[in-house]
Amino acid sequence: MTKPSEAVARQACQDVNLDPTRLLDVLHIVQKECRCVDDSAIDAIAAEMGIPRVRVDGAVTFYTFFTKEPVGQITIRLSSDIIDRLQGAQEVADALTDELGIDFGQITADGLFSLHWTSCIGMSDQAPAALVGDTMVTHLTAETARLMVRSLREHKHPPKLVQELGDGKNAHPLVHTMVKNNIRQPGSIIFGPINRGEAIRKALGMTPVEVIRAMKTSRLRGRGGAGFPAGLKWEFTRAATGDRKYIICNADEGEPGTFKDRVLLTELPDRIFAGMTIAGYAIGAQEGIVYLRGEYAYLKPYLEEVLAQRRVEGWLGQDIAGKQGYHFDIRIQLGAGAYICGEETSLISSLEGTRGDPKNRPPFPAQHGYLGYPTVVNNCETLCCVTKILENGAATFSEFGTEQSSGTKLLSISGDCTAPGIYEVEFGVSLQKVLEMAGATQVQAVQVGGPSGQLIGPDQFDRVLCFDDLATGGSIMIFDQSRKILDIVHAFMEFFVEESCGYCTPCRVGNVLLKEGLQRVLDGRGEPADLEQFEQVGAMMKACSRCGLGQTSWRPVVTSLQSFRDQYESRVADDPDGFRRSFDLKKAVATAEKITGRKSVHA
Amino acid sequence: MSQTITLKIDGVEIKAQPGQKVIEAADAAGVYIPRLCHKPGLEPFGSCRLCTVLANGRPCSACTTPVVEGMVVENETESLQNFRKQIIEMLFVEGNHFCMFCEKSGNCELQAVAYRFGITAPTFPYQWPHREVDASHPDILIDHNRCILCGRCVRTSRDLDGKHVFDFVGRGCEKKIGVNADSRLADTNADISDQALDACPVGALLRKQTAYQTPIGQRLYDLEPIGSEIESTGNTN
Ligand SMILES: Cc1cc2nc3c(=O)[nH]c(=O)nc-3n(C[C@H](O)[C@H](O)[C@H](O)COP(=O)(O)O)c2cc1C
Ligand code: SF4
Ligand code: FES
Repeated sequence: MTKPSEAVARQACQDVNLDPTRLLDVLHIVQKECRCVDDSAIDAIAAEMGIPRVRVDGAVTFYTFFTKEPVGQITIRLSSDIIDRLQGAQEVADALTDELGIDFGQITADGLFSLHWTSCIGMSDQAPAALVGDTMVTHLTAETARLMVRSLREHKHPPKLVQELGDGKNAHPLVHTMVKNNIRQPGSIIFGPINRGEAIRKALGMTPVEVIRAMKTSRLRGRGGAGFPAGLKWEFTRAATGDRKYIICNADEGEPGTFKDRVLLTELPDRIFAGMTIAGYAIGAQEGIVYLRGEYAYLKPYLEEVLAQRRVEGWLGQDIAGKQGYHFDIRIQLGAGAYICGEETSLISSLEGTRGDPKNRPPFPAQHGYLGYPTVVNNCETLCCVTKILENGAATFSEFGTEQSSGTKLLSISGDCTAPGIYEVEFGVSLQKVLEMAGATQVQAVQVGGPSGQLIGPDQFDRVLCFDDLATGGSIMIFDQSRKILDIVHAFMEFFVEESCGYCTPCRVGNVLLKEGLQRVLDGRGEPADLEQFEQVGAMMKACSRCGLGQTSWRPVVTSLQSFRDQYESRVADDPDGFRRSFDLKKAVATAEKITGRKSVHA
Repeated sequence: MSQTITLKIDGVEIKAQPGQKVIEAADAAGVYIPRLCHKPGLEPFGSCRLCTVLANGRPCSACTTPVVEGMVVENETESLQNFRKQIIEMLFVEGNHFCMFCEKSGNCELQAVAYRFGITAPTFPYQWPHREVDASHPDILIDHNRCILCGRCVRTSRDLDGKHVFDFVGRGCEKKIGVNADSRLADTNADISDQALDACPVGALLRKQTAYQTPIGQRLYDLEPIGSEIESTGNTN
């Protein structure tokens, strides 16, 4: 029997000392215990915290993992990402609906299961995958999906689904997952030798300004996608006035096809935390926050343990590493299923306990970030580089890579290749080389940088991976000649429609129009004028959208239109009679025919 | 001490006060930058994106971007006007806007910007979404069909009325205005005298029984196109 949601909600509010910025934590507790955050829970939270109920409602309805209607005791969230789909997610889905007797979005009569599609869960190298409760289940087939449901019916305990443990720390008792790291090519920077504590000791022996100078000398640029110089970001934040400052680690990894942060969090959390500690020292912050995507909740107990160990060893807490007066600690905030929260200002909104809406810029987080204080947001991989730069020196780091893009980059490679997984490559490597490493042959197209990157064909495989050519946060999705380009593009547009926050017009409406336009083309109802309109809408979204999502989400359509124009042109035509081919007369009069009970003479 | 800032909009030099947003400086100088979610006196919001201009060559929303000395702003370029047309059309097809039956006709800012841009019918396909009407309150009507998610009611209720009657719920294309109650406006402390009701640019938030006090033909934008109030009062110098 579940407890009344109101009581659970009140207790959860007490647990966070009625701090409204911890609203996400409260909602997580209520959702977990009551399987939903219903109206009485919302009322209770609003009353307890003294905030308007509509604000709580707004947050609940923003995040995919919070629901106002009950979900099953066990939620099965199947990854809808294109890679999962191409590797059989639909067959898995059919098996699940058949075995459970429910559709997606529904709950079984006994309340035990509910079934959901969800955006990429960061397992493209072991697809198709599903999130069952907090447990990752990988390499699904129709057969194993059925067996999974049957055994869950018996033990009702998703962690018991894990029989064979993954490699490395995936087998740690607190992680206990079947997820594999698939580290195919470790490089000498990220995956280089570890000299524990060395980086922090060196940093604390320098002045903060010297640490920032080292970052600048290394020419380190952000690994989360935008490629902003880390040293400069730190310098701005250090120079900004504020009673407090924050360093935030962006572990929201949501770009479809990206999973390298998952591996870093599993294998090298100490490096990430050391990087945060160093950043904190450099900018003058005493608090760090890791924003961990909700899908990676299975890593949280382990990461908490690593933090606890660091406190014991004196790498966190008061007077770090014996340095009088430098205090620093880290906490973890769990996200709740919203890709947009990877965008740094949305991430900050979410940390503040509200809807994950992006913020207006200026002011930038360096001036006005978390709770209004100067804030640095850095990606997990960037922070690992920081640690390495301090350990081995800036010069050693910048020997790798190119002039504009120093160091190495982790690639998350998935799709049609023999060895999907993690590759640490030097910036400046050609895409062709990367495809060879991954064992990809008969390649038709590669999506570089996730859906918001670009789709390119073989004539461009000699281009190189770096910030001024093929920029990527790490996602490389490979499609062989058997794949249909427009289906891939359509899946990406579905993703953006699903994940747009809806704040601004260009993105909220533009993605829907592009997706529908593409559907018309796929259905053979497209016209040449549609293609022109796609490009116009894309140009408008790029210029007018409020944040990086809408500024880039048109790219699957427009870049594929550039690289694979024939696939579009072969499907569009002008109507010989000058009618709009998109207009379906039969469909348009169907309701009227039904109401009048007469057939239209023209339709 | 307030120093004056000088900037250029479409080649014309104007003066501005530090801290002003580009749109405020333009207004004061008699230059109209199209807008819907911006309303003087409310916190900048930046959702409609109609006010997108180029500032020193970079696109940004004029209602949220502060003026900077020497800034070069492009406003009425062909490509920006084309973008704005698309945005206006998108707002029309995203909701259910029937100007001919709408009591806000003539006083509606969405309709007025469409006329100013010479839009007669959208070139994008209509979405025909299913949206609700909340007529529970004795004096106030919410028609979600016509809402453009500008957040003007949200900000006015929160910051000027001190009530927080409205806020956003849902995400993406399901985002909508929610009320501070289980579901009905009648269960909130919304009142006919709330300034929030005057903040709505379209016919989504209406006072009941006031529809036709001003006859069609004599309404605000029946007489002069939207923006002319700014263009006529400003002092370009
Ligand atoms: C829609 C969107 C999603 C993003 N998702 C992520 C993410 O999952 N992880 C990440 O590190 N950066 C993400 N970013 C980039 C962040 O906004 C930000 O630039 C980055 O975290 C800064 O860290 P870096 O400089 O170390 O790369 C995203 C940006 C956008 C526009
Ligand atoms: S571009 Fe606009 S609607 Fe899209 S995610 Fe960013 S703020 Fe939200
Ligand atoms: S008026 Fe500036 S974005 Fe709406």
